[in-house]
Amino acid sequence: MKGKTKYHALKVDTEKCFGCTHCMKICPTEAIRIVDGVATIDQYRCVDCGNCLRACPVDAFYVEQNQLSHIEDFKYRVVLFPSVFIGQFSEIYSEGRIYEALLRLGFTHIFEVEQPALWLMESIKESSQELAEGPLISSFCPAIVRLIQSKYPSLTRNIAPRKAPHDLAAHFAIEQLKMQGANESEIGIFYVSPCSAKMAAVNQPVAEKESIVTGVINMKDLYNRIMRLLPANETTDTSGFRQYLSREGILWSLPRGEASWFKKRSMAIDGIHNVVKFLERLENDEVPKLDFLELKSCNQGCAGGILLTGNRFLTVERLQKRALRYPKASQINPEGVRKETVQKKLISDNVEPRPVFVLDQDRTRALEKMKKINNILCHLPGIDCAGCGAPNCHALAEDIVQGKARMTDCIFLQNKFIKELKVKPDKACANLERIWGKKRFEADCNKKGGRNEGF
Amino acid sequence: MALELVFQIEGGDFSNAGKASSQIKKVLKQLNIDTRIIKRVVVAVYEAEVNVAAHAHRGQVKALFGETEVEVVVTDQGPGIENIEQAMQPGYSTASKEVREMGFGAGMGLSNIAKNTDNLHIESEVGKGTILTFRCNYS
Ligand SMILES: Nc1ncnc2c1ncn2[C@@H]1O[C@H](COP(=O)(O)OP(=O)(O)OP(=O)(O)O)[C@@H](O)[C@H]1O
Ligand code: SF4
Ligand code: SF4
Ligand SMILES: [Mg+2]
Repeated sequence: MKGKTKYHALKVDTEKCFGCTHCMKICPTEAIRIVDGVATIDQYRCVDCGNCLRACPVDAFYVEQNQLSHIEDFKYRVVLFPSVFIGQFSEIYSEGRIYEALLRLGFTHIFEVEQPALWLMESIKESSQELAEGPLISSFCPAIVRLIQSKYPSLTRNIAPRKAPHDLAAHFAIEQLKMQGANESEIGIFYVSPCSAKMAAVNQPVAEKESIVTGVINMKDLYNRIMRLLPANETTDTSGFRQYLSREGILWSLPRGEASWFKKRSMAIDGIHNVVKFLERLENDEVPKLDFLELKSCNQGCAGGILLTGNRFLTVERLQKRALRYPKASQINPEGVRKETVQKKLISDNVEPRPVFVLDQDRTRALEKMKKINNILCHLPGIDCAGCGAPNCHALAEDIVQGKARMTDCIFLQNKFIKELKVKPDKACANLERIWGKKRFEADCNKKGGRNEGF
Repeated sequence: MALELVFQIEGGDFSNAGKASSQIKKVLKQLNIDTRIIKRVVVAVYEAEVNVAAHAHRGQVKALFGETEVEVVVTDQGPGIENIEQAMQPGYSTASKEVREMGFGAGMGLSNIAKNTDNLHIESEVGKGTILTFRCNYS
C-alpha cells in the first residue's frame, strides 16, 4: 500500500496558508497537520474531497491547472464536460451560446459526458448480478471510492466495477469520430472536471490501467474563459452536438440522479460527512436491504463540486428546468456506433482495499500502540484545541505513538512540563515554532484572523 | 496485559445505546481485525446495550481487548432475570409496550448475542442486576 505515491490534484500554497486550522478540523479523514506554520496533507489519507479548499478563508488551496495548452496538437479536439457545467451559467446565456464559445476556444467537437447515459446505466445494473451480497455501491464519485478503500475496506467488493460517465462519453466520441474517418491518434479528448477528485481519478485511475482522457481542464478556469468568449447572439446551430443528451443524463450527477434508475430499493446520500455516518451503519448491517447506493462527496452532488462557480442550489434548479426540455433516455438511440463496443470498454477492474487507519499490521504491536494511545489520552486536556498542529487530542495521541509527534507538542502539557522544570522555556518556544512557524511570536497588527475577522 | 475500555449506559436512554459498540468497533478496526468478526462483536454489544436501556436502571460495558480475543462484560443494576433459560429463548420477551413501540422487544437479543459470540455467560440476581460475559475470538 505505502510506497506507491498517490496522485492528488489539490495543493497548498504555502505563501498564502497561515495555518488557521479550519481545513484540518473539517477534513473527513484527518489527513491534515500543521507543520512549520502551514497545512500539510498526508497523501495516503487524503481522498481529494475538497472540503479543505471550501473551508479555507484565504484561498490557500488550489487545484492543479489546465492541460489546455496542447489541444493544438490534435486535429479532432474534443471537449467533454458534465452537465453541471451548463448549470452554473445564468439562464440569460443560452446553451447554444455557451457551445459556440467552446468552439471559439478551439474545440472541434463537444460532448456532455452524460450521453448516451442509458448505456452506462445498463452496464452498471448488469454488474449488480455479479454481486454476492448487496448493495451495489456506485463508483461515480472518486472521493467516495477512495474513502471506501481506505476507511471501509471490506465494502470495496460492493463497488460497481464500472467506469465513470466521462469514460462513456470519451469512448462514444472516439467511436463516432472514427466512423467519420478520424484516426485515433488524431483525436484529443479534454475532460472538464468539476472537482479535485475527478482530476485525481483521471490522472491516476483507481481500477483501470490508464485513462482514455488526453488532458484535464479545471472547470473554474474554463468558466472564466467562456464568459469572456460568449457571443452576443447565436450564429451557428450547435444542437447537433446535443442530440444524444437525455433528461436523466442531465440529472445524473445530482442527488438521486443515479439512484432513480433503480426502480427497487435504492438510496442516495450526498455530503461526505453524511456518507461516513451511513457507511458506519452499512458496515454493521444496520441498514435495510438495499439494491443500490448512490454516494456523492459534495452536498447537492456535482452541483456542489469545488470547481463550480455560483450557488449549488441555483445550479440544481437550472438543470432540473433544462432536463424537462430533453427527451427521456429510453427514447435515444444513437445510430452507427455499436452499444456493445462502448459497453465493453466501460468495465473496470475491481476496486482494491487500501486500509490506512490500521495502527500496525502486526496485531501485538497494534494492541501495544492502542494501549499507549489510551494512556496518552489520560494526560491530554481533551479540548481538541489544535494547538499541537493535529486536529484533536486523539489524533495527536495517535501521531505520538506512530512517532510523528511528541508529548511536548501539546501546549497544555508543555506548560506543565515547564512548571515541573522538565522542559526549558526556550526549548518549549522552539517546539512551538516548529509547528507554527518562525514568525508566530512576532507582533503583527495586520495578521490574518487577527481583528474581528470572524471567517 | 489487555487494553480495557469502559462505557456507562443509562436505563431508558435508547438513543445512546450503540455508543459502546461503535467505539469498540473503531478499536477493532484499528487493530486490523477481520470485518466479519467485528460485525459479530458489534451486534452482540449493541444488543447488550439495548437490554440495559430497555430492562435495567443503569449499567456499564467493559471491553477487554486481548491478543487473540476480546472479552466483554456488561453489568447492570436492575430487576435481574428470573429464569435465564427462558429469557434465552428466541421470541421470549417481557418488554413493555413503550419499548415495543420503539421497535425493540422481539425477544431476539439474548439469542442473538449467543449466536454471535464464543461463550456467553449470564449471572443474575432478581432485584439487583445482571452480569453478562462473552468473548469473541479474532480468528
Ligand atoms: N439486562 C436485563 N435485565 C433484566 N431483564 C433482562 C435483561 N436482559 C434481558 N432481560 C429479560 O430477558 C428477556 C429477553 O431478552 P432479549 O434481549 O432476548 O429480548 P428483548 O430485549 O425482550 O427484545 P429484543 O432484544 O429483541 O429487542 C427480556 O424481555 C427481559 O425480560
Ligand atoms: S481533500 Fe478532503 S481528504 Fe484531502 S486533505 Fe482536503 S479535506 Fe482532507
Ligand atoms: S460529488 Fe461530484 S463534484 Fe463532488 S467530489 Fe464527487 S465527483 Fe467530484
Ligand atoms: Mg434485548
